[in-house]
Amino acid sequence: MIMKLAIAGLLATTVMAAAPAQAETLRLLTWGSYAPDELVKKFEEKYPDITVEVTFSNNEEMIAKLRATGGAGFDLAQPSHDRIYAVQQEYNIYKPLDLSKINTDTMQAKLLDGVKANTTIDGEVYAVPHQWGTSGLMANKTMAPDVKAWGDLCDPQYAGKTSMRLRRTILLGMAFDMGEDPFAAYADLDKYQEILDKVADKLISCKDNLKAYWKGGDDLSAMMMSGEIVASETWDSTAYKLYGENKDIVFVPPKTGALAWIDTFAIPRKGEADDAAYKWINFVLEPENVKTMSASTGAIAAVEGGKDLLPDDKKAAVNAAFTDEDINNLKFFANIPAGVEDMEGKTLEKIKAATGSE
Amino acid sequence: MMQRDIKRLSLILLFAPFALWILLLIILPHLGMFYISLREKVGPRMYEFGLENYINFFTEPIYWNTLIRTGSMSLLVTVLALLLGFPIAYYIAKIAGNRTRGALFLMCLIPLWVSDLIRAFGWILLLRETGIISSSLQWAGLINTPIEFLYNDATVIMGLVYTVILFMIVPLVSTLDGMDDAMIEAGYNLGGNGPTVLRRIIIPYAMPGIVSGCIVVFMLTAGSYLTPILLGGKNSSWFTEQIYDQFITRYNWESGAAFGFLLLAFTSLVVWGGLKLSGQTLNSTVARS
Repeated sequence: MIMKLAIAGLLATTVMAAAPAQAETLRLLTWGSYAPDELVKKFEEKYPDITVEVTFSNNEEMIAKLRATGGAGFDLAQPSHDRIYAVQQEYNIYKPLDLSKINTDTMQAKLLDGVKANTTIDGEVYAVPHQWGTSGLMANKTMAPDVKAWGDLCDPQYAGKTSMRLRRTILLGMAFDMGEDPFAAYADLDKYQEILDKVADKLISCKDNLKAYWKGGDDLSAMMMSGEIVASETWDSTAYKLYGENKDIVFVPPKTGALAWIDTFAIPRKGEADDAAYKWINFVLEPENVKTMSASTGAIAAVEGGKDLLPDDKKAAVNAAFTDEDINNLKFFANIPAGVEDMEGKTLEKIKAATGSE
Repeated sequence: MMQRDIKRLSLILLFAPFALWILLLIILPHLGMFYISLREKVGPRMYEFGLENYINFFTEPIYWNTLIRTGSMSLLVTVLALLLGFPIAYYIAKIAGNRTRGALFLMCLIPLWVSDLIRAFGWILLLRETGIISSSLQWAGLINTPIEFLYNDATVIMGLVYTVILFMIVPLVSTLDGMDDAMIEAGYNLGGNGPTVLRRIIIPYAMPGIVSGCIVVFMLTAGSYLTPILLGGKNSSWFTEQIYDQFITRYNWESGAAFGFLLLAFTSLVVWGGLKLSGQTLNSTVARS
């Protein structure tokens, strides 16, 4: 009796949920600030039959959410380019893109080809680029003028005044700093484990030098603005934002190269509004919309001349940070092969659990 | 006959929401989790059944160290909450007048109207190196250089005690409330002094409240996520963080699920041990208050 009622109730709710709404809904799964209200409004005005619902997330949570439903619940997602290939092979959560529906001509050819190469499985392309940016260092020029490399965060002259996020970025950065090439080692996981072990030793001995591990852009900004720390590992967009408030705080591309990521567009396997999704992709890549988007995100759009479409203050911050040489030195995140997340996760746990060098 | 059927039906209807709740939101998800926790990943989209995920936990010291750390810190929080909460509860139940009692209760409740996250940020504003406490101490001339109060275990414990103390106070007040003042008077009349009366009359009487408060507080603390993450420092791992990492950053649902069950088993074991030690049962404590 109870069971029957329950099943009837469940059926009723699922039927209601599945019934198509009058207007089409585009459920967007993206990063905080990647869907500014202004653009959403403009999009809805242009396409009155589409309503946009936005969920803010990050790479790991996007994948976890899509994995939980087998790729249902969202119509467009924006994971980084290195999070498509292995994830798709393992969990099958995206569907191939129909490139004829996307204005790929507006995209910067080099980035488009790079993302395509990274996300092609069995001849099908699963993602196209949206915006790119870098991870590197941030320093207060007046207090820490000599911070130039990842390893400088462990320099004792800044003891207790540096920070980093305990995630894979710092593992990779530190590996480059120690003269290794972690991306090349992805092909040989034993070699990669060796590198990780070395990096772990370095980061464990470095622990005493740090004030704390930052967890999000907000606590990093608070520590940096208050002067509690003078240098940190950072996303470039966070550094650009702070540069707007304090010209002494600049983004520093490490001398071994800033690590570059490209956030992409990918359509979840059970997405229900593909046409709306393609419309959104083309819409946000229109030059005047790129300007609004970049102002909100602080990242550079993957269109020709994307850097020039940044708002003036961000452009100034980028120019203060990057020379052409730095741009040529960028290290784009390589595809994460299956199993690497686990190895890196173990390493991060080891570092977190270690109680410093003494 | 008819009467009985109606009675039966209304009982079933009244019971249905509870049964559905337990079945759909507690039992089914746990069965699913248990199933996942027994899967071993052997390759992309290939799984085998086995206990590997549980074995991994015991062979990797980082994991069980974190669990023991979480457990012992939660016990410490429970003890501190009891020590702080008992006098407050006693005052509310026995000493305060009828009118002040409501006001006092309300004052205990008010912090809970604000979300966990906001409260943690409040602590961060107060305690950070450039925060209110450090700068006012400097202003008062008590210290010369700013002090960092954040990012250590003491802060985590304090934050947790603050969050959970209400759950200690409420059951204590309700048990102490039921105690006849005459019992305390009798204790004094028979020649007992303050500590003796407390030890031999009040505490034994309040035991069910103490135990049920401790159980709730311990469970809440061991399962909390935000406070230890936000207030904790470089070395302070918490077991729930470990579970989150397994699920989200390592895409390893299998071992995350196993960890979830291990946490459940561990806390249940501690609670069972506590009940045995105090000579109470679940019926006489949590079910009563």
